[in-house]
Amino acid sequence: MLSIKNLAVKLEEEDKQILKGVDLEIEAGKVHAIMGPNGSGKSTLSYVLSGKDGYEVTGGEATLEGEDVLEMEPEERAAAGLFLAFQYPVEIPGVGNMTFLRTAVNAQRKARGEEEMSAAEFLKVVRARAKELKIDADMLKRPVNVGFSGGEKKRNEILQMAMLEPKMCILDETDSGLDVDAMKLVAEGVNALRSEGRGFLVITHYQRLLDHIKPDVVHIMADGRIVKTGGPELALEVENNGYAGILSEVA
Amino acid sequence: MAEAALKQSATEARLAGLDMPQGGWSEAARRDALARVTAMGLPERRDEYWKYTRPDTLVQADPVPAALFDHSDEAPLFDGIDRLNIVFVDGVFDAEASDDLTLAGVSIERLAEASADIHWARDLYGVLEANGQKPVERPLAALNTAFAPDGVLIHVTGKAAKPVNLTYRHQSETSDAMLHHVIRVDAGAEITVLENGPAAARFNKVMEVDIADTGTFHHVRAQGRDHERRAATHIFARLGAESIFKSFTLTANGVLTRNECVLELTGDDAVAHVAGACVGDGDFHHDDTVFITHDAVNCESRQVFKKVLRNGATGVFQGKILVQPGAQKTDGYQISQSLLLDEDSQFLAKPELEIYADDVACSHGSTSGAIDEEALFYLRSRGVPEGPATDLLTLAFLAEAVEEIEDEALRDEINARLSGWLERHRS
Ligand SMILES: Nc1ncnc2c1ncn2[C@@H]1O[C@H](COP(=O)(O)OP(=O)(O)O)[C@@H](O)[C@H]1O
Ligand SMILES: [Mg+2]
Repeated sequence: MLSIKNLAVKLEEEDKQILKGVDLEIEAGKVHAIMGPNGSGKSTLSYVLSGKDGYEVTGGEATLEGEDVLEMEPEERAAAGLFLAFQYPVEIPGVGNMTFLRTAVNAQRKARGEEEMSAAEFLKVVRARAKELKIDADMLKRPVNVGFSGGEKKRNEILQMAMLEPKMCILDETDSGLDVDAMKLVAEGVNALRSEGRGFLVITHYQRLLDHIKPDVVHIMADGRIVKTGGPELALEVENNGYAGILSEVA
Repeated sequence: MAEAALKQSATEARLAGLDMPQGGWSEAARRDALARVTAMGLPERRDEYWKYTRPDTLVQADPVPAALFDHSDEAPLFDGIDRLNIVFVDGVFDAEASDDLTLAGVSIERLAEASADIHWARDLYGVLEANGQKPVERPLAALNTAFAPDGVLIHVTGKAAKPVNLTYRHQSETSDAMLHHVIRVDAGAEITVLENGPAAARFNKVMEVDIADTGTFHHVRAQGRDHERRAATHIFARLGAESIFKSFTLTANGVLTRNECVLELTGDDAVAHVAGACVGDGDFHHDDTVFITHDAVNCESRQVFKKVLRNGATGVFQGKILVQPGAQKTDGYQISQSLLLDEDSQFLAKPELEIYADDVACSHGSTSGAIDEEALFYLRSRGVPEGPATDLLTLAFLAEAVEEIEDEALRDEINARLSGWLERHRS
């Protein structure tokens, strides 16, 4: 599904190399997790994959179902099925959440040459999905993420994911700032979307999210590289020994 | 002294080409106005009040020709609104195209035809304009009072059965039009006045609005469209106790537009809102000049002006709130903001507060900014292409001004116009 080979990235404005050769193969139907200390480059990887400005790819490649995503505009990547749940969801004053969702869903459908969703159909689907995530009507009406609590913003990301039905979902620290109940809600939302045709890359700093979203593969990232790959037990090792232990082991 | 002499000769040159309509009840007011404009002289670019906008093309004897804009692909604005339509073509009344001027709750006459000696408009024509000449001079408005050949006189005695729409068509590339409207809203009466169209190559328009206690006046206008058109417009309104005045202006295109709005809240508990959204691309200069005087207790005034500027377009805002002694509990709000879509465009703002009462709450703010790149990326990452995403953010920026329009159908018409414009003016 998502294939990343020796990806190297530096900041556009500064002479600072952030990703130093990342290799990752995420198969359809699988959940991969990336764990790693702060500043190791996890968010950078997610931003580069989704097409944010400010980064320069200095080497390597990234393909989604064989298509070079790094060549695409951000909206083309989205239409191709890539989705990033932001670590810090953006507030957009003046744009209603519902308008935003509908514009996004229909823009992607249009880009794929599919028929747009009617207002009635959209309303039906969005209400059902929102209910599962305990997102009330008021949150749907309010401007995107404006005045939302940390947990509401994260649930809103999952709602967008549920509405857009992407092929490849990247979740960047979706657990940060959530209490246990909110985390369960988010995890249920993610688990509901797990399917044979869909890949997940779950970025997290802590192991606890992975109790709820069971990964197939766990990677440890440090200083711009994947330094260790293993099964779910790797996450437990991080939980018990911290990153220091693992990093000294691979160093 | 050379300056004063230049101003005088420019004023004389302009006056020389104009004919004052003779006879009837308005003649005395026209003569007074001529005396005013002669004494003041027409604006000149060293005048402090014209610091950000060059008045020369508005003043010179002949208008600069303005090409007609092909708008055949756009449905006429307010077409979806049940309204009484009055059409002027290059400033000349078009009886054919206009509806019959009868409407329940309202009496409508044309200025050019209202010749009865005793006329209600006699107490207002040029009177509100003359009032509005202090403390700042507005000579183009006095010029209009003296020479405007036509306009409408609207006396609102009840709840108007539907909005009155003034359509201003532009057909001649060299037209120079002047219209002067007078509107009187009686106690408890209510009307919505719509205006729309480029009007002429050069347009000078005055609207005097007198709202009695508990009267309500809504105003939505859309102006511009033709890229080379120029306009100087004035609204002078006087608000009685518990009256409501709400005016919104959309300006899209137009090489030069100066909209002055002069409001005086004379009765307690009056509410005045004036808002504007303007979108300009390239050779575009738009100036909103607002002066609101609070004379009475517990009144509210609100100014919301938003400008979207690109490719070297210029926006100007001069807005003043004057709170007179005794006008306690005044609630004054003023915001003027611009969204600069590139580095060539500019926004010049001069917000002013002058307060002589101690128990008031007045706030003002003015900002210039660019599109929020984070928000743009967020939208694009969800699949919305850059153009539509920019439009969405731009409409969101304009929303605070557009939302000042109370009527939803009118708001939708304006939003549709804005969306269409933005779509045609993407980078
Ligand atoms: N736009 C940027 N400007 C400056 N430094 C950046 C930028 N983006 C990332 N970095 C730096 O790159 C490194 C990796 O950051 P990030 O990808 O956010 O790490 P993580 O998500 O793993 O905590 C950090 O040192 C961070 O400060
Ligand atoms: Mg991060």
